Parts: sequence; structure tokens; C-alpha cells
Amino acid sequence: MKRKTGLSWLWLLLGIAYFFIPLAATFLFSLRGKKGVFSFVAYANVFADPLFLKTFGFSLRMAILTVAAGLALIVPTTIWLHLKVPKARPVVEIFTLLPFVIPPIILAYGLIRLYAKPPIALVQSPVLLVAGYVIISFPYIYRSVDAGLRAMDLRGLTEAAQSLGAGWLALMLRVVLPNLRTALLSATFLTLAIVIGELTLANLLAWPAFGPYMAQMGRNRAYEPAALSIISFGLTWGAIGLIQALTRSGRDKASGIGAGAH
Amino acid sequence: MTALAEREAAGPARESEPGPRAGHPRADVKRSLSWLGLVPFFLFAFAFMLLPASSILVGSFQDAEGAFTLANLANLFRPSILNSYIVTIKVSATTALLGGLLGFLIAYAITLGGLPKPLKSFMSTFSGVASNFAGVPLAFAFIATLGRMGVLTVFLRTAFGIELYDAGFNLYSFWGLSLTYTYFQIPLMILIIEPALEGMKREWREAAENLGATSLQYWLKVGLPVLMPAFLAAFILLFGNAFGAYATAYALTGGLINLVTILIGAQVKGNVLHDPNLGYALALGMIIIMTACILAYSWLQKLSSRWVK
Repeated sequence: MKRKTGLSWLWLLLGIAYFFIPLAATFLFSLRGKKGVFSFVAYANVFADPLFLKTFGFSLRMAILTVAAGLALIVPTTIWLHLKVPKARPVVEIFTLLPFVIPPIILAYGLIRLYAKPPIALVQSPVLLVAGYVIISFPYIYRSVDAGLRAMDLRGLTEAAQSLGAGWLALMLRVVLPNLRTALLSATFLTLAIVIGELTLANLLAWPAFGPYMAQMGRNRAYEPAALSIISFGLTWGAIGLIQALTRSGRDKASGIGAGAH
Repeated sequence: MTALAEREAAGPARESEPGPRAGHPRADVKRSLSWLGLVPFFLFAFAFMLLPASSILVGSFQDAEGAFTLANLANLFRPSILNSYIVTIKVSATTALLGGLLGFLIAYAITLGGLPKPLKSFMSTFSGVASNFAGVPLAFAFIATLGRMGVLTVFLRTAFGIELYDAGFNLYSFWGLSLTYTYFQIPLMILIIEPALEGMKREWREAAENLGATSLQYWLKVGLPVLMPAFLAAFILLFGNAFGAYATAYALTGGLINLVTILIGAQVKGNVLHDPNLGYALALGMIIIMTACILAYSWLQKLSSRWVK
């Protein structure tokens, strides 16, 4: 096996180079804001732009609404699925794959066609944007919650709690949800990371969100986009690194898989 | 949390007699009642996913007045549109192959390649982050790296005298886009294929060696046949992943590359074509390809799970 290790190192280094060279280059590029010297001028410009805070704030609000709506919809459904109708699981699992068949661009197109004119004119309302985001983040939330429920003995816990006299409310608030804490946190961070920088839906539904703002920056400026890219990567790193740290013990391999924002 | 509240209100009454009793008429009623708990979820998915998608489906068989027609589908074979499908398929296949191969080799290196254990969890964590680093920020990163004034472009020029752009490279066309997509394809491949590689049992290799097999024979007769379904499934997932991508290409090329997603986006914003029904047909073609991908993926997954538990 010894001779193989050299080749393994080669592949690993190649991979690490592919990952890190663009990041390092982007960082260097972002420091070029002032001619001749390295400086953080581009970052200062980004933070000084009132549109930066405005669009970021908008996307953050949409992301929080998405998390709230997504969890409210999917957590009870998944618990119900595990406890009452395990037979329905394959059906729900097909639904978790559908956002892959219907990528964001098609979803946006369909939502506009369907809800642009009466009887249901929703295009002007952020409800439609958040609904679309819930659909996009649905596979991530479902997988996290499903993995969290599998990791605990839901049936046993339910029976134990009920034989001790707990009602449904107590069972949910004091037994099931505390055990799901890690799964809920990881679903939350992943959804935040995906929604905040999302371009497709926000762009096609014409909202002043962070994704379209970044794309606009890319057209007008040279160094600020690189700074935005580093800031955005830092946020993604932070959010997903946190999830990985949280789920390390649970070995939740599904949490990172996905293609939401491409 | 309305769905939760609703279920809690309905819960205790149904829970008074736990446990399924097949054949008993009351149990049957109860079981069909328990499907009701899934109604809010299905209603939501129906309203904001299935209905919009079906409306595209319907639209692609209608003309501007709403009458039935096959003309939109026929128009898909116009040279400019056919070309966008060909470009999209080429980009998707190239990046799935490139990202798939590199990702597979890296995943192999960190699982079976004899590297120190901590590297594996580091790479898994990093893949989780990198596979989600896509869209606009990724496009900017590649512009900063390989654009005309990019750090790597300038470095190659000053250090080695290599003029990338004179040599025919252009970040804003096919190869530039493919290199950019490969950035998220590699980590996605690592995440998907890692479990399959971990399922390769040491005993298989030992058994093969005890029977006198060489390394090559082991791979040809055991390793590759076992891994092939998982590898193909991963390839298809990467292909679909690239096929549906919009944000990265939009931010990188400013919407100037002839991809199906870019054409659809331009159509929605009313920039070109001026023929909504043709837009629906474009979207329909995309849904068909994505559906074929996901069906093939599920089938291959089933094949591969025979070995990988």
C-alpha cells in the first residue's frame, strides 16, 4: 500500500489547489482597490454603500421568513410521517427530489405564469418569493429533520413520555424538539446560507435582494465584487462550518449535499 | 406553526388506541385519517411546485391565443435553440466528467488511499462548504482569478510569459464556464461518492489477493463492477446539477452565453424572443431532461445500494 500513498497525496493536493487558488486569488484581487498598494479600500466601499445594507437586510428578512415557514411546514410533517404514516415516506421522498427536476429558473417561470394575474395575483407580494424559497430549501430542511429523527428512538421516546402522562404538547416541546435541536440548527443555517445569496428567484421576480445587487456590482465595479465574494464566502463558511461542527457527532452526511444556489 | 397546532389538536383523539390493526374497519378509517396530517405539506407543494410546473407544461402546448398546438415543440429544433441545448449538454457533460473524475480520485485518496485519518474529516467538511459556494460569488472569484486582469492570468504572464487569452482561453466562454462549474462539481462528487467508497470491504480485496489476483484484476473484476452504478449515479446527478445552473453563468457572462437556463431567464424578463410559448417549450425540454436524469439516478442508486449498506 505504501507506493499508493504518494499518488493519494497528489490527488489531494490537486484538489486543495483547485479549491484554494481561486479563493487566494480573489482575496489578493480584492486588496487592489488602491493603485500600487494593498488596501481594504474595496471592503470599505462595499460597507459604505447604502444599497449593500439595504439589500442584505432584505435578503436576511426573506431568509428568516423562509426558515420560519419551512420549519413550520416540514418539521410537523416529518414527525407525523415517522410516527403515524411511515408508508407515506416514499411519496414524500419523491417530493424531496422534485426541486432537482424543477430547478429555480423553471420554478420562477412557473410561479410568474401562474400567479401574475387574477384570480391570484401574488407577484407583487413577498409571499411568492418566500414560498419559492421554501420549495428550494425544502430538500435540505427535510433531510436534516429526517436524519435527526432517525438518530433518535422516536417511537420509544413517545411511548415513554406518554406512559409518564405527557400530552402531545409536552411530548413535542420537552422531548422531540430538544432532541432535534442540532438538526433544526443545521437546517436553519443551511437555509440562511442558500437564501441570502440567491439570485435566480429574486432576479426573475424583480426583488431588490442581495443576489441581484451582487450581480449588478459585478457589472459596474472591478474590485468590490471580489470583496463581496470574500464576504459571502466567509458567511457560507461560517454557516456551514457551524453545522458540520454541530453534527460531527451525529455523522449527518446529507447536510452538505445540494445544489440550491447554482 | 399552524400545522403543528392543528395536529396537536387532532392528535390525542386518534392516539387513544395506538398500534395498527390490519383488517379492523375502524383501524382502516384511522389509517386513512392519519394521511390527513400530511395535507398541509402536500397542499403547499402542490400550489407552489407542482401547479407552476404543470402550467409550464400546458403552456408549451398552447399558442398565443391558448389553442392547442405542437408548433412550440417543433420550434425547439430551430438551429439557435438546438444549439443552446447542445452547448448546455456539452458544459454539463464536461463538468460532470471533470468534476466526477477529480472528485472520485480525491474521495479515493482520503478513504482508501492510506492518508492520515484527520484529512478525511477535513476534506468532508470542506466539501460541504465548497459545494455550496456557487452562484454570483463563485463567478466573481473566477473573474478575479482567470479574468483578463485576474491574479492567475497576470501571474502566468509575468512569471512564465504565458498569455492565456492569446492562447485562445476566454473565461466568458465554454472552457471558462466549465472550469467555474467544476469548482462546485468536485466537492459535490466527493460528498456523493464517499459513502460508496467506504462500503468497499477490505475483505474483498484480501479474498481476491489470496486467490492470486493482481491489483489490476481486482479492480477490473471486483472494484469497478461494484462501484460502477454509484459512479454513474453520481455522474448523472452532477450532469443535472450543471444543467439547471443559472446564477453562476448569469453572473459570469452577464447573460451572454447561449445556455438553456440563460435563454429561459431572458424570456421571463422579456428581453428576447417575444414568444412566451416558445419559452414554455424551452422549459419543458429542460424538465424532460431533468426527469430522465432523476429516474436514471434513482434506478442506479438502487443497483448500487445492493453493495453499499
